[in-house]
Amino acid sequence: MASFYAFLTGPAFVISLLVFFVGLSVRLVRYFLGLDWRLERVAYRPNMEQGMKGGLWSIYKWLLPFGTAGWRAQPFFTICFFMLHFGAVLVPLFLIGHNVVLEENFGFSLPSLPQGLADLLAVLTVIGVFFIAARRIALPEVRIITTGYDYFILALVALPFITGLIARMHWAGYDFWMICHIITGELMLILAPFTKLSHIALYFASRWQIGADFAIKRGGHSRGACFPW
Amino acid sequence: MPEGQFCNKKPVETEEELKALLGDKGGKQYYEEMLQLDVDSDKLWETVQKTCKSRTRTWLEICAHCGMCADSCFLYRVNEADPEQVPAFKIQSTLGEIIKRKGKVDNAFMRRAMEFAWARCTCCNRCSQFCPHGIDMGVMFSYLRGLLYSQGFVPWELKIGSGMHRVYQAQMDVTSEDWVETCEWMAEENGEEWPGLEIPVDKEDADIMYTLNAREPKHYPEDVAEAAILFHLAGENWTVPSKGWEQTSLAMFAGDWGACKIAVDAVYDAAERLRPKRIIGTECGHAHRASVIEGPYWAGRPDGRPPAEYIHYVQWLAEALREGKIKIDPAKRIKEKVTLQDACNYVRNHGLAKYTREIISYIVEPGYFVEMATNREYNYCCGGGGGFNGIGMFRKQRNVALRTKRDQILATGAKLVIAPCHNCWDAIRDLEEEYEIGIRWTFLKPLILSMAIVPDHLKPQEEDEE
Repeated sequence: MASFYAFLTGPAFVISLLVFFVGLSVRLVRYFLGLDWRLERVAYRPNMEQGMKGGLWSIYKWLLPFGTAGWRAQPFFTICFFMLHFGAVLVPLFLIGHNVVLEENFGFSLPSLPQGLADLLAVLTVIGVFFIAARRIALPEVRIITTGYDYFILALVALPFITGLIARMHWAGYDFWMICHIITGELMLILAPFTKLSHIALYFASRWQIGADFAIKRGGHSRGACFPW
Repeated sequence: MPEGQFCNKKPVETEEELKALLGDKGGKQYYEEMLQLDVDSDKLWETVQKTCKSRTRTWLEICAHCGMCADSCFLYRVNEADPEQVPAFKIQSTLGEIIKRKGKVDNAFMRRAMEFAWARCTCCNRCSQFCPHGIDMGVMFSYLRGLLYSQGFVPWELKIGSGMHRVYQAQMDVTSEDWVETCEWMAEENGEEWPGLEIPVDKEDADIMYTLNAREPKHYPEDVAEAAILFHLAGENWTVPSKGWEQTSLAMFAGDWGACKIAVDAVYDAAERLRPKRIIGTECGHAHRASVIEGPYWAGRPDGRPPAEYIHYVQWLAEALREGKIKIDPAKRIKEKVTLQDACNYVRNHGLAKYTREIISYIVEPGYFVEMATNREYNYCCGGGGGFNGIGMFRKQRNVALRTKRDQILATGAKLVIAPCHNCWDAIRDLEEEYEIGIRWTFLKPLILSMAIVPDHLKPQEEDEE
């Protein structure tokens, strides 16, 4: 058991991170290499400065809760969405427990969140996943586009949080839950570049493109680079 | 059966073919042949592989199926929240499936896709403003139209439309001679009232080259006259080209990219031949899209710009009013509730909302202009965009689509709608015909003409002497 745990927090941890970061980087590079000014009909290069402004603005605005007309139009989903994403981004990176493992393997660590805040964020993430799943079932306009794959992705995200929270309770079976937590967490890292979770990186690419598109081609010269998202 | 006589994978290239196709009233035989048309799966897949690159593939892949696009789509809203009208569903079940199945789709699939591409999306691009990933389903539907067109699955009217561009370099059968004659006729017809009025054809190095929509010379020659009178009134040094005057592109609605290039090349050639300082296009939305926004790319221009500064009529008009080239008689300003239709193609997709509002500020008495609820970039399509207006087999769906604009207009309480776009103008005319809500609708040109101050030196001589 102890050696399995050591494997999971040692080599398996390193490999998962490697797959995650290299995989997502490759996807980003391939995205941008695959852009084609003729096919998209957007003259990126000659208008790069304007495009950058519009692209970064488009990324930034959509990262703000209720920052865009789109977010404001759907308050329930927006709240669920940000509940899920705040935890999903911050907890894996800044949990003190994760940083200990990071330090052991790489000799450095990131700043840590206060444990109470991390707990809260993790709980909110699970609640966010729950309501997003419920919304998929409840609303006909979401149900029609929902597939099993969408639930798989939600589960892939929720499992590390649920198992992590249970382990955190230090109930009976702590070791079991901790191992489940590490396995599901690493599974998520490994699968991210190959699934819809690639949006972790590709969100920035896709949002940049549409922002640049509007800034360069669709009116940027008269309305300014920043589209009124 | 493979290719039909009318419904096939070949574009219409000759006048003879075009006339034969037109002779098939309502596309009766055309659509019968379509039932039998084979899908060339290998060619379809080859085209997808060549033209569907990271942007579109990423859009289709990372779509989170969150459904935030549903409410953004006026066709979803106006069709009683039919889940089959959710933009993500519409594109995933058509273009998404073609890619998933590597092009191995059948005739029934393609006919369904045709209905989705032309009757369930007007390419207004509004959904792109509501998707967290910035997925633009209007852009993808336009791409899908290209794939469908290349396989022969295109509405009859649009096959004709793109054929018109190929045969006449215009969306209607208006030849260069017809056009020049119309110019002479209109100049003459209005010469008495407007001494010195000219429609200079092919004048080199003018300040302005004016381009327009073929339906103006064909059906509304007074629109050509009004444009001429307003340039005359503003004292502009302007011209029209004898060739390359047609600014629109039904080929863009059809997804016939070859014809799109032919059309825009003709306009750009005229600009290079006549070397105007600026080109001004008429009050049309899709014409602006085709010749100013998308056109440079079809013509292969790496900077994404037309060969000369190319502006919309509303930009010129705002400037003419701002600089006092045209003065409005304050007594004639509009003193009734009036609203404004934002055309997707130059407002959402080209940022020109401020110019129409500036014009309004000069011609409407303060307090009488009422914005539609959700306007500017967030406007709704008129209901007839993207070719929807002109497709007979989808008329029923189009008439349902008009209800969005009907209700928006009713909510303003205005009885007058300014619609500086041919497509929007048509849709609003049709919605009045269909739903009889008692409104009037107008382009800007006649409106301005009815309230402009005419300086004495431009008035007919007799009047001065009397």
